[in-house]
Amino acid sequence: MKRAWWKGLVVPAALIVLAELAMRVQGSTSMSLAAPSDIVAAFFAILFDGSLLLATRDTLVSAGIGLAAGGFIGLALGILFGLVKPLDRLMEVTIEAIRPIPSVAILPIAMLVFGFGYRMEIAIVAFSCLWPVMIMTRSAMAGIEPRLLEVSRALRLSTWDRVHKIVLPAALPRIMVAFRLAASIALVVAVTVEIAANPLGLGYGILVAQQALQPAVMLAYLVWIGIVGYLLNAALSLMQQRLFGRAGRVEAAS
Amino acid sequence: MRLSRLGWLLASFAVAALLVWGWQLIADYKLVSPVFLPGPDRAWGALVKGFSTGDLGVKLLATVERMFWGWLIASLIGIALGAAIGTSPRLRAYLAPMLEFLRPLPASAMIPVAIAVLGLSNGMVLAVIAFGALWPVLLATIHGFSAVEPRLYEVGRALGLSRASVIWKIALPSASPDILAGMRLGLTVALILSVVCEMIAGRDGLGNWILLAARSFRAPDLYAGVILLGVLGYVTAVALAALEARLLVWRSRAR
Repeated sequence: MKRAWWKGLVVPAALIVLAELAMRVQGSTSMSLAAPSDIVAAFFAILFDGSLLLATRDTLVSAGIGLAAGGFIGLALGILFGLVKPLDRLMEVTIEAIRPIPSVAILPIAMLVFGFGYRMEIAIVAFSCLWPVMIMTRSAMAGIEPRLLEVSRALRLSTWDRVHKIVLPAALPRIMVAFRLAASIALVVAVTVEIAANPLGLGYGILVAQQALQPAVMLAYLVWIGIVGYLLNAALSLMQQRLFGRAGRVEAAS
Repeated sequence: MRLSRLGWLLASFAVAALLVWGWQLIADYKLVSPVFLPGPDRAWGALVKGFSTGDLGVKLLATVERMFWGWLIASLIGIALGAAIGTSPRLRAYLAPMLEFLRPLPASAMIPVAIAVLGLSNGMVLAVIAFGALWPVLLATIHGFSAVEPRLYEVGRALGLSRASVIWKIALPSASPDILAGMRLGLTVALILSVVCEMIAGRDGLGNWILLAARSFRAPDLYAGVILLGVLGYVTAVALAALEARLLVWRSRAR
């Protein structure tokens, strides 16, 4: 492992050098692409004038609040359906009818109800995060050791005590996996909404740069969105491993 | 057991019908402004009218075609690239870190770049859809190929099979559950990206239609479009699950 890390850098580095050479030889007057060095320059320009950080904040705030709201509803529904089987079966058709609606199809409805701004973006992010969390929480409930539930019954725990003392801790590693998945969905949906309609955040930034024919700025935004997504993913994996160690990893692999 | 399953299903349909009725009541008594929430009757009316007098069918077909071709291109490229990378540890060492970095990049972020390079064309839309749907297929294929039982490769070597026939006869069938799972995910991505591209690039299709309906406050049309997209998502998922069950018959039989 130690010996091979540099191999991963060879291809990207070669591609970057190749792109730089190609743009320099052609004379970079293109309206659609830019040389890597220009992209780096543009990146620092938008970093220092504050627009990049502002856009990042807008995107992350919308994605975060949407994730929290959708995750909370999904968690509550998942626990409810997981513990009360008849309810789960009664709601099956309704859930299966709503769930396949693509998240972006909700966009025009959210636009109509909330107008542009944070609220519509949060609503769409919440809608898309709700389903994976709900479904994975529900199946996590089914995976709880039945004897633990028997114990809780023998101890005559109240429903609330049963949920937060037994059910949640037992299902937590798998719920964490669901939240990690939902977090990556949240970022993707937030950026998508911004590109498609909402005039805020990173998605809007990249779209404006394209329309202003500033390819270097556009590609700088693109690289930054990639870095943000990568860091978010890495941070969540790290958190999962710290909190649950092997349990979290095993669940993630299965 | 079978009968009780049917009973629950019927009860579940009844609950869904009840909820639709509740939606109707809310709309009838105007608890929510009809600008935002038309009743199911008006949405259904818009759907029927769209299909009989309008060109909703054409738009639906345009979206389906776009989704299908994009997904097909992505699947073919994804499986071919994934097979090459998955069977060669050397390629994997060089390329896997870059792929890991590109994976979390939202495919929609490529739309402005694609517009800049390819213009507002159908080719741009196809490129974006194929790019987005490529990742799940590619990564699942790489994973499937690298998770093939090593002894099967040894058998292939012992039989003196060429690399192509090892891939075709041993690795591909063994990795097919992973690949199909990736393709299913890719199809969902393809539908979402088709809708987004139609919205941004103004290509004719359901995505563009619902956006225009929302902009001109034609709420029944908007809900009809959303319902149709939900149906489309559901039908494609069911169709692919059926295909998967057929292709993987040998797997359940072996167990």
